[in-house]
Amino acid sequence: MSEVHAETVPFVRGTMLPEAPPPAAERGAIHWLRANLFSGWVNTILTFVGLFVLWWLFQHFYPWFRHSVWNASSMAECRTLITERWGEGAGGGCFGLVRERWNQFLFGFYPPAEYWRPISAFWLLFLALAPVLFTESRKLRWIVVGVASVMAFALSMLMGAPDPVLICLAVGIVLWVVLIEYIPRAALIVSVIFPFLAVWLLWGGSIWGPATILAGAVLGLAVWGALSRFGALAVLAGLAVAVLWWWFLSSQAAIDLQRLLPLELPKMESRGFGGFLLAITIGVSAIVMSLPLGIILALARQSDLPIVKGFAVIFIEFIRGVPLITLLFVASLLLNYFLPPGTNFDIILRVIIMVTLFASAYMAEVIRGGLASLPRGQYEAAGALGLNYWKMQRLIILPQALKVSIPGIVGTFIGVFKDTTLVTFVGLFDPLKQLADTIRATFEWKGAYWEPYIFSGLIFFILCFSMSRYSMYLEQRLKRDHR
Amino acid sequence: MTHLQPAEHQPFRLSMLIYDRRYRSLTIQAVVFIAVMLAGAWLVHNTLENLARMGKTFSFSFLWARAGYDIPFSLIPYTATDTHFRALVVGLLNTLLVSFIGCILATIVGVIAGVLRLSNNWLVSKMMTVYVEIFRNVPLLLWILVILAIFTEVMPSPRDYKGDNAAASMILFDSVAPTNRYTAVPRLAMESPPEPLTIAGTPISGTLIAFGGALLAAYLIFRWVRRRATDRQNATGRRPATWWIGLLLFAVPLAALMLLFKVHLIPPKLTGFNFTGGANLDNGFVVLVLALTLYTGAFIAEIVRAGIMSVSRGQSEAAFALGLRARPTMGLVILPQALRVIVPPLISQFLNLTKNSSLAIAVGYPDLRATLGGTTLNQTGREMEAMMLMMGIYLALSLLISAAMNVYNARVRLKER
Repeated sequence: MSEVHAETVPFVRGTMLPEAPPPAAERGAIHWLRANLFSGWVNTILTFVGLFVLWWLFQHFYPWFRHSVWNASSMAECRTLITERWGEGAGGGCFGLVRERWNQFLFGFYPPAEYWRPISAFWLLFLALAPVLFTESRKLRWIVVGVASVMAFALSMLMGAPDPVLICLAVGIVLWVVLIEYIPRAALIVSVIFPFLAVWLLWGGSIWGPATILAGAVLGLAVWGALSRFGALAVLAGLAVAVLWWWFLSSQAAIDLQRLLPLELPKMESRGFGGFLLAITIGVSAIVMSLPLGIILALARQSDLPIVKGFAVIFIEFIRGVPLITLLFVASLLLNYFLPPGTNFDIILRVIIMVTLFASAYMAEVIRGGLASLPRGQYEAAGALGLNYWKMQRLIILPQALKVSIPGIVGTFIGVFKDTTLVTFVGLFDPLKQLADTIRATFEWKGAYWEPYIFSGLIFFILCFSMSRYSMYLEQRLKRDHR
Repeated sequence: MTHLQPAEHQPFRLSMLIYDRRYRSLTIQAVVFIAVMLAGAWLVHNTLENLARMGKTFSFSFLWARAGYDIPFSLIPYTATDTHFRALVVGLLNTLLVSFIGCILATIVGVIAGVLRLSNNWLVSKMMTVYVEIFRNVPLLLWILVILAIFTEVMPSPRDYKGDNAAASMILFDSVAPTNRYTAVPRLAMESPPEPLTIAGTPISGTLIAFGGALLAAYLIFRWVRRRATDRQNATGRRPATWWIGLLLFAVPLAALMLLFKVHLIPPKLTGFNFTGGANLDNGFVVLVLALTLYTGAFIAEIVRAGIMSVSRGQSEAAFALGLRARPTMGLVILPQALRVIVPPLISQFLNLTKNSSLAIAVGYPDLRATLGGTTLNQTGREMEAMMLMMGIYLALSLLISAAMNVYNARVRLKER
């Protein structure tokens, strides 16, 4: 072609022109400003309103933070310092309160010598969670496991844990990390054992108490495994053996073992639990126990058996229909009516039971959503393979349904964790109200309104925000299965 | 080809209860039923025994006894000489009031925040993100306590509004005066209200009848007008404008009634050390409404954002390609699809807000929990009855709201083959 018209083409550029920069209005800060802040009169007005609000907030809050004092041991001292530095009438935060009382916000009235126990329990929790929650990314798992191990050990040392404990802790952590990395299935079993360890660390007493209870469960499972060819009867037999063990033998066994090999931590009263120790204890135990309960409820609600389904619907709708506060009042006022005369057990335990029931209803709905999202073909294929109901659920349905519902489960956990603050109304020392009121009632910190709220609000925000980010990250990761 | 023999009728054996699928489900259900009933019977037995040991009976007759305590905030006439039942109703109405106002305000806040979060404006969308994340990730109780502290610690006392160079000044064009005890707001008043009508022996407020009747009539006529317009559109392809008819139908009778009854606003005025004239809203109420609004608003913002984002861009592009303008595109294409995603979680947020209103306990607002589950419970010592009644009422409220949601869901469900 070009040959034919070669003579008629007046000019052909042989080389590329050097690239010209984009026009001034289409690049750099000006372009960004025009595109994002002033792209029309509505946008311009919005920008100015936003700037005004920011300026207003800055003007009202910045001086208070700028004038804040960290090294004062009472409100009066703090106010004098502020007046000295910033003149008459200046207001400022007295974060000396946080410096002096941070331990109460975190641990309530737990004895300071034993702070290492909740701290190590908290950080070991991440080791227990790592094989479940961080399977997707090796790097993330390493970061979590590494930080948790170092923090558990270093903070325990800092808080003055006795030397034998530190040695046990170091050895245990190293072994556990090795398990997580090389034998993930075994690490899962350790994760199941962890709650017993945590209970022992937090409440103290002889290790053989939780250990014998765990032994009962293991015994029951062993009986079930041994008799598994009898189907449903094996479950009943396992259950019966476990219950018999717990009922008749476990307490005596614990006493005997303690005599043989005394392993004991000082016993803690539940009354001493407070602050974030209380919130996290209630939140984590409620969520851990509500997960299996929620799965059972969700399966019951999805089942074809009308009576089972009816009970599940009634339970779930009842729990979801009443405010948590009324359930907590039931725990504090009514639970003793429902139990045999003379039973009187720990208020924290009662609250944990109620919050667990509460969380399990919400959990059941989340998991039901996951179950409903599976295509019917999965059920039909499992049935065609000849799997019975429980095998189908265990091998085909639940792994997929639970994976889909993880974001919802994390969301439920955030909600339950925030709701643990409501225990303040049954007289427990939650970090927001009771503890803040208690501290404010002392002579030194009379009139400190904002500092406790800012401090505990910040901790809540960090914990909840990181959980919600984690669930968003998971959602992104899990999306790939459903393209 | 082998001929299948018809299955022999097997005689029933006991083992079939476990191994035969036809009977197994019956067995399981029977076992579960018996187990639950036994557990229930055990609980009831324990309860009866415990009640007997304490010398208590189970009866709701305390509801008709004299309450003997005052309720500072009530929508219906109430004095300390009224019954516990009336106190319960007062509390329930207070709960409903706070929930209703909270739901409306939270929806407004949530929709604005959710839309702004999607706006092109970088600054505004970032600010809304911060608002949503801060409020969603901190317990509601903290917001209630913080706002309560703002009202009790930062707000001026009524006397600070006194004098020519007062320490505090009223806001919103001198109509609202927040103080550390109450918030003074203007009040609607009528100079010549209509006589109450007496129907079947019960007097009914004439104002209610007049305004309710006017609104209902306007609504019915407007519906008829709209249907006529739709018929015209179907017949001729042109839709006559109806918005001005609607405006007239609603505005003119209301304005006429207001003129007739001489309705006017009474702004709060400082007399002595207190505001009078307007309505002095209890600070517990104001704090609770504000906290519930801001907290739930953050959740609603996320729901609205998700709903709008769930409608794919192709929908609006297709609508534009069909020649629809921006407004019909929004009203006929985007919103109906977005609402299907938005409304169910929105209603469950309303449900949460209603349940969360029981946190009134932190601000001393006399809601259902405070009257029936608080003072009445403590005075009569009827924990069992009061708690059961209270949970029953909350449950009924929740079920009503979810019933409404189910009706809506059934109406807007995608009609799939």
